[in-house]
Amino acid sequence: MPKIKMPKGTPSIDMTPMVDLAFLLVTFFMLTASFRNAEPVTVETPSSISDKIIPENVLMVTLDKDGRVFFNLSNAEARKEMLNNMLKKYKVSLTEEQVEEFSFMSTFGCTMQELPAYMRTDAAKRASFPTEGIPTDSTKNELLDWISFAAAAAGNTGRTAFEEAKAKGGEPKMEDFKPKFILRVDSKTLYKDAAIVIDVFRELNLNNLNFVTSAEAIPVN
Amino acid sequence: MAQIAESGGGDHGKKGKKRAKKGSTHVDMTPMVDLAFLLLTFFVLTSTFSKPKVLPLNYPAKIDKRKDVKPPKVNNAATFVLADDKVYYYRGEFYPKSRPGANGPTELQEANFGSGENSVRKLLASWNEYVIKNKAILQKQLDKKQIADSTFERKLDELTVDREAVKVLIKTDDKALCKSFIDLVDELKIANVGVIAPTELSPGEKELLKDKN
Repeated sequence: MPKIKMPKGTPSIDMTPMVDLAFLLVTFFMLTASFRNAEPVTVETPSSISDKIIPENVLMVTLDKDGRVFFNLSNAEARKEMLNNMLKKYKVSLTEEQVEEFSFMSTFGCTMQELPAYMRTDAAKRASFPTEGIPTDSTKNELLDWISFAAAAAGNTGRTAFEEAKAKGGEPKMEDFKPKFILRVDSKTLYKDAAIVIDVFRELNLNNLNFVTSAEAIPVN
Repeated sequence: MAQIAESGGGDHGKKGKKRAKKGSTHVDMTPMVDLAFLLLTFFVLTSTFSKPKVLPLNYPAKIDKRKDVKPPKVNNAATFVLADDKVYYYRGEFYPKSRPGANGPTELQEANFGSGENSVRKLLASWNEYVIKNKAILQKQLDKKQIADSTFERKLDELTVDREAVKVLIKTDDKALCKSFIDLVDELKIANVGVIAPTELSPGEKELLKDKN
């Protein structure tokens, strides 16, 4: 019987398909990944069965569990318009660069007096900026001004986006471009505190609100 | 890093003749693959697929306090009162002790967010049976393609504001948490309640709530 010859040396495996696959997946994940913006507050949202995904053009008020109010507007252009209106109304001044930086920030929360100091703070340290959030009391309702300016600015940018989409062809719905009003509350926020913010919205006749929730399975009966 | 392993080389020092290298040139791909997998792991672990969802809720328009507008009469109403960590309810209109209705003064019943006896889900399912039953019929028609999508949506909207459909008022105590509020709205959406109105507690209801605690 002939001896079976064992192959000498290291056996080589063709790794090319595996590498191809690995790079394919890397590319996929890199392109689909969206990075979360740094938020000054952490909010644990309640869960619901709703499957409506958060829309694009949004105006979001965040309430943390102590009832502090934070604000965010998704559109950079609208943010600039809103900020300039606010600066004019409250006679606060920021540098050109700060205005530019503000337009690319996400959620913020401070009084108008604190705003220059807030903008001077290092971006990474803003989360620990000592603030009571945006004032909502009836004598100094800054939130009302933020919301009304933001709604006007976001309405304008929404309209331009709608016109552009129309010019490109297709049949866009105006409804999809209108700003939506989102309320993000922590599970432990008192409803009383949320009601104050809701009342501000209702004051401005904005009655269609959306609560941010995490997804939950629909119960089967 | 990438090494080119040569096979059959190393002999051109002796002979003067230069020969073209024979054999395959192997690139050691291990570091590259390592890096690729490192990146892959990083992106798999950091990427979040699920965007947050939103729960739409329409609030009633603010009533001008200068005008004396009486709240509209709602038939087939149910009122939920959210307190600290409890949820109470009563059906129909509110009758204070001083002016009891046909069935005596209103009393708050306790409910819970479970799925067993006296749970909000069970209660709503029985109160809103009319809507749920009719929705099932519509759903069947939709599945059989007897009605269009838009017709289904329209009929469903009409159904939820029907006389027979239950309408819900949500009243919250000062100590109620947002979680219980969202939980309740969620239960209402599960039970296909179309008319949801968050309103303030009346003095009479506040008193009843105080007695409960």
